[in-house]
Amino acid sequence: MSGVGSGYDLSVTTFSPEGRVFQTEYAGKATDNGVPCVGVCCKDGAILAVEKPEETKMMLPNSNRRIFTVSRHCGMAVPGKLPDGRQIVSRAQQEAENYKRFYGETIPTKVLTDRLANFCHVFSLYWHLRPLGSAALTASFDDDGPHVYLSETNGVSYRYYGIAVGKGRQGIKTELERMKLDQMTCKEALKAVCKCLIKQRDDSSNKKFEIELAWISEETGREFVRVPADLAKECEAAAKKEIEQEEDDDSDMEG
Amino acid sequence: MNTLKGTDGGPHTGTTIVAVAYDGGVVLGADSRVSTGTYVSNRASNKITSLCDKVFLCRSGSAAHTEAISDYVRFYTSQHASEIGQGKEPTVKSVASILKQMSYSNKGLMAAMIVAGYDKKMGGQVFGSPIGGTMVEMPWAIEGSGSTYIWSFFDDEYKEGMSREETERLVLEGIAHAMARDGSSGGLVRLVTVDKDGAKSQVFQGKDVPMILGDMAEPKSNAATVVW
Repeated sequence: MSGVGSGYDLSVTTFSPEGRVFQTEYAGKATDNGVPCVGVCCKDGAILAVEKPEETKMMLPNSNRRIFTVSRHCGMAVPGKLPDGRQIVSRAQQEAENYKRFYGETIPTKVLTDRLANFCHVFSLYWHLRPLGSAALTASFDDDGPHVYLSETNGVSYRYYGIAVGKGRQGIKTELERMKLDQMTCKEALKAVCKCLIKQRDDSSNKKFEIELAWISEETGREFVRVPADLAKECEAAAKKEIEQEEDDDSDMEG
Repeated sequence: MNTLKGTDGGPHTGTTIVAVAYDGGVVLGADSRVSTGTYVSNRASNKITSLCDKVFLCRSGSAAHTEAISDYVRFYTSQHASEIGQGKEPTVKSVASILKQMSYSNKGLMAAMIVAGYDKKMGGQVFGSPIGGTMVEMPWAIEGSGSTYIWSFFDDEYKEGMSREETERLVLEGIAHAMARDGSSGGLVRLVTVDKDGAKSQVFQGKDVPMILGDMAEPKSNAATVVW
């Protein structure tokens, strides 16, 4: 892979002649090659989903969390390097707490994600630091409704109707564009999100995986919580079934 | 409540300040006397300062302390307004919170204040911020040395669901009552009414301030007999 950035990619404080900072782009690759994460904003709430491959049989399921609560009204998924991601989550929790203490109100999501983006950006300004290797996918419920934001490690932060990062994100993004998210409730979208994640898997390996799901909606009382285990299982199973059905239909058509 | 400080305390807004919320906004009112001991250093001061477009502060206690605090709070509020984005305005609660942090973290300050204003989220709100740095939302709040004389007046006369005119009348009368009895309150009555369209100021002086006669006889002539 050497060649593109030769010579200009040795330090985060070096620009290339085209104006690129290669180290921040390489940091972005940590997220791009990481676990698939999806965030969608529905009519009545927002959902975060992460698909994690089973690293080893010896690890207890659900012990390597990738979705965290930042404050009551806001949660975050961290693709990419998990230790770096935990730094971001920790900072977000502090920002939310400080804001509440100073202004007496819950932090608006835009303010939180802007501050996080600035935080990530700082790491690209100093020679003795390295950029963080994880983006932050935020789902929240403000006064004006549900929000989904992606704060990238290079310092940008945008709001989305639906977004995917990590492996297979292009396929998932295409699927998301087809969905009418603003007309679906969270419950309806849950199965669709599972389907997106499962579909993009390279199933030839037949490895085990688990899907971590969390959401925030009117139904959860505008509190960011994990999707109840039984509902999550149900959605996963239903999604798998639908995919198998579609594959059968496809092979029927071909045959 | 607030004791009279001698000249060693500097100019002292021995004062009457009032704020009352109504459906659709708030009315803030204050007298205009600033005293240094028994000398009235300013008889037409403005004790109602703006913190942002639709949030105002009534000041009582040390004039220096409250002016410094309001400058800081105005600054932090404008920073906050930039951060939350162009389409939004700071809520009354967040401005009051900033003020409370300053009062609470600097216990030596002598500042008893009332923050009142209007925001789209919760409408008209009044936050009392007495000395020490508490912050409590209330339907109406009074502070200052003159306020001791009008607690019962407001307890009796305040009603929920008053109109803007009724609330302005209530505040004006309350302050007039306090000015009649408190030596450190007097001069003009300034009112500021804040609603969704912004803030409007009014000044009442001389004949326009209700006369609180008590046991005094009605004035015989038409000449301006002012109870200051």
